[in-house]
Amino acid sequence: MKKLIGLSMAAVLAASLTACGGSNTAETTAATTDAAVAQEENEDGTGESAEEAPSGETFKIGMIGPLTGDAATYGLGVRNAVELAIKEVNEAGGMNGYQVEYKPEDDEHDPEKAINAYNALKDWNMQILIGAVTSKPCIAVSAESAADNLFQITPSGSAVECIAEPNVFRVCFSDPDQGKASAQYIAENKLATKIGVIYDSSTEYSTGILESFRPEAEAQGLEIVAEEAFTANNATDFSVQIDNCKEAGAELLFMPFYYTEASTVLKQCADKEFAPIFFGVDGMDGILSVKNFDTSLAEGVMLLTPFSADEAGSQAFVEAYKAAYSDTPNQFAADAYDAVYAVKAAIEQGNITPDMSVSDICEAMKVAMTEITIDGLTGSQMTWTEAGEPNKEPKAAKIENGAYVMQ
Amino acid sequence: MSFLSCLISGISLGSIYAIIALGYTMVYGIAKMLNFAHGDIIMVGAFAAYTIVSTLGMPPILGVIVAVAVCTLLGVTVERIAYKPLRGASSLAVLITAIGVSYLLQNLALLIFSANPQKFQSVVNLPALKLAGGELSVSAVTIITVVTCLVVMFCLTSFINKTKKGQAMLAVSEDRGAATLMGINVNGTIALTFAIGSALAAIAGVLYCSAYDTLTPYIGSMPGIKAFTAAVFGGIGSIPGAFIGGIILGIIEQLAKKYISSQLADAIVFAVLIIVLLVRPSGILGKKTNEKV
Repeated sequence: MKKLIGLSMAAVLAASLTACGGSNTAETTAATTDAAVAQEENEDGTGESAEEAPSGETFKIGMIGPLTGDAATYGLGVRNAVELAIKEVNEAGGMNGYQVEYKPEDDEHDPEKAINAYNALKDWNMQILIGAVTSKPCIAVSAESAADNLFQITPSGSAVECIAEPNVFRVCFSDPDQGKASAQYIAENKLATKIGVIYDSSTEYSTGILESFRPEAEAQGLEIVAEEAFTANNATDFSVQIDNCKEAGAELLFMPFYYTEASTVLKQCADKEFAPIFFGVDGMDGILSVKNFDTSLAEGVMLLTPFSADEAGSQAFVEAYKAAYSDTPNQFAADAYDAVYAVKAAIEQGNITPDMSVSDICEAMKVAMTEITIDGLTGSQMTWTEAGEPNKEPKAAKIENGAYVMQ
Repeated sequence: MSFLSCLISGISLGSIYAIIALGYTMVYGIAKMLNFAHGDIIMVGAFAAYTIVSTLGMPPILGVIVAVAVCTLLGVTVERIAYKPLRGASSLAVLITAIGVSYLLQNLALLIFSANPQKFQSVVNLPALKLAGGELSVSAVTIITVVTCLVVMFCLTSFINKTKKGQAMLAVSEDRGAATLMGINVNGTIALTFAIGSALAAIAGVLYCSAYDTLTPYIGSMPGIKAFTAAVFGGIGSIPGAFIGGIILGIIEQLAKKYISSQLADAIVFAVLIIVLLVRPSGILGKKTNEKV
């Protein structure tokens, strides 16, 4: 008997360990095998891709993002928008007079798979990378791209570490900027003074936003009355967290996490008849497209977002996107669209040509990015710092009648 | 009031753990193996109900029946193909096979339904029960979950104690060799155990997803592990033990979330398991057996 209990304990340990790994160990195992294969292929191909310049006729731009899985809404938005922007650029004569080739790869929002995707793109002789779309994969990829000194611009990787490497820039706000901007927005518009927070303590995205939200909220005279966590392994039952926020008298529920969990939280809040102002950040974008989700639950939800498909200024893009993909673009798509035009502007600013080596392109791009100013979908007069951060105004949207309306 | 509401959500969660734990404990008691694929049978049950109700638009009750049928069949098939050939093998080999089956099921579900989370439409569409002048609201799913758990418990206990098949199960669990000598069909009995355990898993899957509305191919892994913990906690092999273990675990989890830390709730649950096993290695209701040397 003792033996059996010992065995079962070992098994629990093993099983809980696998569950801690984001409950997708099976995928990871598969990914590792793929990685090994990619690595082998790479060893044969590295010589050409790193040392020799590719054909020199066209720019080769790669994209990495989650095209399937939990965060697919983001990845597909980025893929489509990049495709659309590059098509427009090519039709208008290309970047600096050269046509652009483009290849997307799926990372399923998984850092290991993102590295596989990166290796696959390198074998294809990628010169510039747009991606990765989500923070964790982006951090993983940036370590690789930094080693290769390959220019990388992430449309939406908002964690601070995403652009820690000198070769990486971003279009969206960083997490601290989002948390800070949220607190400022809530205080300036007098939405509420008692704030409840539910956050995902297992992602740096969520904790990063909260850490910058907290001091700024205090500085603005807001009171955080409840701060409740959940983890990726335990993201189904929010009843206790909601109860605690409700009892603490929260007038506004700040939800710095992704829309899949947000949809569950909204449902359970409705069940418990808890109706504060719901305030999300960019991860909330996409909630209206969750399959089988009752969108009436999201009515009145506010989110910090730089883009709305209903804005007057973005109609040309929205129409083109709808015509091509019969879907409404989200802010990730807008970020990606701006990323392509930023790359175009920088290439022209630095007079970069496709026959330059990957490393030379990167060096020239790093300088050119800080010199350009873009009027994009996600902000006018956007500029970049040397560190890779964008400068632009924060904006918020509210969900009304099943659509995002800019405030 | 908030304590009561927390307690109720704990009992509701615990009831689901209990139903799953019954499957673990029965299979362990009778086949002396840990069926780690049990959690994924829950997921298959939930997807079966989802397909019937949300995709084909059939009535919810049909969804539950199909889920139970699919899981029963799956449980028996898995037993026949993966576990039966290993009947004489070491328990470690069977354990590894079970983990393999678990990943096989997860990846098949990934292939068919993709990793995109689906919104599971609750099979229970009744208004919530209001108590204490509306201060305490208990959702219909919670009530049905608890009632189902009690009914399942009752039926299972009567089945085992009052029917011939049930007695056969007890006999096989006591001594497989002697049971064979007494003319009991051991393979048939084990298959029946898997059938019942998997049918319970299907019910648990439908209830779990009705309560917590999100459905992904990984939905079974965490409740599966917690239910296994509940089974060990209550004394693995014991049916009332699984029930009590499940309920207590659910309550501990929710209370820990509320009064200690919402971040550490899972850690606390497993810490309690370790403490119980240190103090009472055979679990709360487990039989004390002397190690044969």
